[in-house]
Amino acid sequence: MKKIIAGGSSNATGLQVALPRTHLQPRRSTRLLESEGLLAGLLLTPTVVLLGIFIAYPFVMGVWLSLSNTSVGNPGEFVGLRNFVKAWNDSIFQTAFWNTVYYTFFATILKLALGMWLALLLNRHFRGKRIVRASMLLPFIIPTVLSTFAWRWMFDPTFSVLNWLLYRVGFITTKIPFLSDGDYGMWCAIVVNTWRGMPFFAITLLAGLQTISTDLQEAASLDGANGWQRFWRVTWPLLKPVTLVVVVFSIIQTFSDFQLIYVLTGGGPANSTHLLATYAYQVGVATGLLGEGAAISLFMLPVLFIVVWVQLRYLRRLEAA
Amino acid sequence: MLIERRWKKWVYFYIPLTLFLVGTLFPFYWMVITAIRPDSELYRSWRAVNNTPFWTLAPTLEHFRDLLAKTTFPYWLWNTFFIAIVSTAISLFCGLLAGYALARLKFPMAGMLGTSIFVTYLVPPTLLFIPLADIIRNFQLGNTPWALILTYPTFLIPFCTWLLMGYFKTIPKELEECARIDGATRFGAMIRIIFPIAVPGILSAGIFAFTLSWNEFIYALVFLSSPERKTVPVGVVSEMIRGDIYFWGQLMAGALLGSIPVALVYSFFVEYYVTGLTGSVKG
Repeated sequence: MKKIIAGGSSNATGLQVALPRTHLQPRRSTRLLESEGLLAGLLLTPTVVLLGIFIAYPFVMGVWLSLSNTSVGNPGEFVGLRNFVKAWNDSIFQTAFWNTVYYTFFATILKLALGMWLALLLNRHFRGKRIVRASMLLPFIIPTVLSTFAWRWMFDPTFSVLNWLLYRVGFITTKIPFLSDGDYGMWCAIVVNTWRGMPFFAITLLAGLQTISTDLQEAASLDGANGWQRFWRVTWPLLKPVTLVVVVFSIIQTFSDFQLIYVLTGGGPANSTHLLATYAYQVGVATGLLGEGAAISLFMLPVLFIVVWVQLRYLRRLEAA
Repeated sequence: MLIERRWKKWVYFYIPLTLFLVGTLFPFYWMVITAIRPDSELYRSWRAVNNTPFWTLAPTLEHFRDLLAKTTFPYWLWNTFFIAIVSTAISLFCGLLAGYALARLKFPMAGMLGTSIFVTYLVPPTLLFIPLADIIRNFQLGNTPWALILTYPTFLIPFCTWLLMGYFKTIPKELEECARIDGATRFGAMIRIIFPIAVPGILSAGIFAFTLSWNEFIYALVFLSSPERKTVPVGVVSEMIRGDIYFWGQLMAGALLGSIPVALVYSFFVEYYVTGLTGSVKG
């Protein structure tokens, strides 16, 4: 991060040297832009400045906050790792941490399985394919908060349409406590997350599937492979690289999810469905303990780091092979 | 082609696809039906005999009227729109220039810069919102649209850069070289030759960025406080639930009206959106 900022400033000094000359000889300025390094510096400056101020600086600041006892209206002082230790021993934090792992694991598996299935279905030729594909993506387009409200209404303790349906069909005789029980609540969140994220898997995997020649399928079929074998031995190995990238993106987004839980359960009942992000919000913003909140959200970092590292390593190996 | 029996096609294709479609679209249907259902039908016990949950006998626009008259919803809609447009424009501008530089120009630290931009792409907003809130406060930007216009590009620029860089790489270098032999400067060739060819890529990145900023929630929740300054998602969450009481009719009307603009943009540019989506994950 430091180096980017250094790069940005050296570009700026390069410009200052360039400016006076342009005054004297207008032609010179255009010739200076022919220098690739200088032009690159100029083109990258807006990006580097914006990302420097609003990503690199907050990141450094976040690390500092997490090591201090800052709260709203109190500048705070250095307290070492106390916030991290406190969070680690906090039972709500532990619940939130394991919830996050649980939520990410099951939601990602479900999204991958259903998304793959849907992609295989959409890869066939049928009438109305374009409109079907377009409507499948709707959950991904519509703002999460707004669609989660529709789900919350469907899970309503008194007026749930799902309870009504299950009751009418005869599956249940008493209401299912969708959101008023921690375990059910977690699974409701997983279902909604799957509903929202599955189209992303389906469409990206579909794009991957379309690059695979149908000749391969037919050859395997002539050799006597059945549908499952054709998928497992031919399609899946070729889809692996795309799948890995999509899974990594999804893990990052699911692990750091906030809005879905915030709207669906608000972390309740009794703090049993918090994720790291919602708990960090509750401590850092709602309660105003900025230091402790920053520490809680930084607990996401190691996991994200490992995931990104695995991806970069795998992509390198793929390129090398 | 592979030959299939008819019953097999039903079991393996039509039925699963229909289930997928119903599952995907039902929540939206539910949103619509709730928004036009009168309150007297809405809060009827789930075991009541006269309960007709899947349709309504007396559709009404009452909830929409209340929404527009009694809340600051029109402001939220305008705020969301304005913020999404401006932050998308800023991100496209930065992403275009940076993408071109990374795709075409040789300069020291090019690889490292490209990797850093990719890594910032993977930084989730929920990791940084607490320190950012502090920074926004120090810059005196709290509770203004600029708090969001300046922070949304942090997740939009890396995406735009990444997508456009990929797009520029597919444009043959010879085009540019021809222009330069004819006397165009490098900068001129970039503006007049390369950018016009990249319009489909720019459109994809723009549409995708627009939907992302329309969807953003946590920054808007933390940085904005007065009711008329809020965006649709935050306004719906914080202003339409009083205490523990949910006004479901109004809420669903708000959710519906808040989704329509982005759904419209999407429906006009589905193909571009899909290109943006699939391009967003190409490593």
